[in-house]
Amino acid sequence: MSAMLLIEQALNGLQYGVMLFLMAAGLTLVFGVMGLINLAHGSLYMVGAFACAGVAAVTGNFWLGLAASLAAAAAAGAIVELTVIRRLYARDHLDQVLATFALILVFSEGTRWLFGSFPLYLDIPAALAGPITLPGGIEYPLYRLVLIGIGLAVAAGLFWLIGATRLGVRIRAGEADREMIAALGVDISRLYTIVFALGAALAGLAGALVGALQSVQVGMGEPVLILAFVVIVIGGIGSIKGALVGAILVGLTDTLGRFLLPVAFGTFLPPSEATSIGAALASMLIYILMAGVLVIRPGGLFGRA
Amino acid sequence: MRRETLLNLVIALALLAVPLAAQALDEPFAITLATKVAILALAGVGLNIALGLGGMVSLGHAAFFGIGGYMMAVLATPVQAYEPLMTWPIELAGTKSMPLIWLGAVVAGAVGALAIGALSLRTSGVYFIMITLAFGQMLYYFAISWPAYGGEDGIAIYVRNGFPGLNTLDPLHFFALAYAVLLAALWLAHRLGGSPFGLALAGARQAPARVAALGIRPYRLKLAAFVLSGAVTALAGALYADLNRFVSPSMLSWHTSGEIMVLVILGGVGRLFGPVAGAALFILLEHFLGGISEYWQLFLGLILLGIVLFARGGLIGTLAGREVPHD
Repeated sequence: MSAMLLIEQALNGLQYGVMLFLMAAGLTLVFGVMGLINLAHGSLYMVGAFACAGVAAVTGNFWLGLAASLAAAAAAGAIVELTVIRRLYARDHLDQVLATFALILVFSEGTRWLFGSFPLYLDIPAALAGPITLPGGIEYPLYRLVLIGIGLAVAAGLFWLIGATRLGVRIRAGEADREMIAALGVDISRLYTIVFALGAALAGLAGALVGALQSVQVGMGEPVLILAFVVIVIGGIGSIKGALVGAILVGLTDTLGRFLLPVAFGTFLPPSEATSIGAALASMLIYILMAGVLVIRPGGLFGRA
Repeated sequence: MRRETLLNLVIALALLAVPLAAQALDEPFAITLATKVAILALAGVGLNIALGLGGMVSLGHAAFFGIGGYMMAVLATPVQAYEPLMTWPIELAGTKSMPLIWLGAVVAGAVGALAIGALSLRTSGVYFIMITLAFGQMLYYFAISWPAYGGEDGIAIYVRNGFPGLNTLDPLHFFALAYAVLLAALWLAHRLGGSPFGLALAGARQAPARVAALGIRPYRLKLAAFVLSGAVTALAGALYADLNRFVSPSMLSWHTSGEIMVLVILGGVGRLFGPVAGAALFILLEHFLGGISEYWQLFLGLILLGIVLFARGGLIGTLAGREVPHD
């Protein structure tokens, strides 16, 4: 095992983490402001990926596809908020879970109906294809490096939006006391639609960006959704900072665990056993991390509870 | 007789009548469908103990359903392969006997629920939902990456396990078993609801602070209910694995958790026969919508959405009205 390979894997983990952050940020915003648990967030990720793949296939331009993914996911989010989600704010979590589970069925089967069951492929734009040589002589795919950059830029933009703009003030006020800001004359239902569409757009962006690395298929959003939940539990619900730290922690733990555990077991077990035990344990590692955080801080690292 | 009691009786008799009629008409597939209803209803009865009585929205019950299923495979595959289950520290043979497998499933489900519940119940509300979901997913990925029991492909058990005095390969006999287990679980859930434990649990759901003020720790109460709930769902998993003679990680997938929850809600949360009515409706929808369109889950989603938004209380709530307070 060389140090170069380790750095490469760490970068992969970072890239995975910032993409998880895009998912988790929307979820945690929607929960923080509206008190809603949204299982259909993964569907918005899928919508973004399909919109990007569809537009890129027709126009041949990845960037147009990326713009389309933002627009499609935001539009889908706004429509869903106006028709369904809006009726759920006053309901208990059970109703929210069920209604959004129903939305997943509608989105998944609807997409299967439109695009068929076969995965679509989305090519990495030509300008970003191929590796780049980092200082120290490490060859690393340029596209993944760009993803890290985009993810960190979006994170910075989000911190600015929440911390320094009028919309951000309203969002934070909505988290603190929704009756009061409604009484102060803020159109709360419009604010909710905007926040939901913003979260949806972030999910759609993540779906499109990751879609170019993997295949674009129905159900692709669900594993990511559950990982985003793990991220939120680790970071603390409603905290954007927690989502960022949690996402990078989960990304690094998962990627490095899959890389290092089989190697570690290999030092005292025969190779085939080491691989299978290492892989099985690595697949559980982030959940063990989550359990550990729960034992020490039940409210998450940056939670209020 | 209360309207709901009457309705429960009708549901129980209808579920019994369908396979008998199917036997007379020589339609074995309908018997299998009715067996599936009984087994899924059993899983729902398990979830309903946590959800309805304890107010714990667990989105990870597929974990226990799958643990039950895999326990069946763990015990039955050594017999199939003519190998001992383990040789160290003691020599132990596998078994094809359903009562022993059920015992194994219930114990494994209870242990799993104790571990997951002890961690998850440190939190509440939306955290609890996400954490149960995450732990369920953990087992799912473990089952996929662990090669001993087929990994992603699952494992087939060629001959259905036996029950003393019955021919379990006869669909009607197997239905009778599943139905009897379901009735026993319903009886247990009914007795639980009226017992001091059940009343304290209902108190912990409605007003945890008051229950704590009375000197009862809600945490222990909820954990006990969660363990019981997981054990019943694991039993359903063992039966389901025997019905299909096949176990795969899909039993552990979070879609299964969602489906068990959906059928409890379709029937009515916290209603004794809610899971039975819900499972019947779910299987009927699956069967008939599935016959109309390949994309039947789209319509299932729309129907579910309509029920959640406009028909709260599920099937039993719609037919029997609001829950009557206890006498």
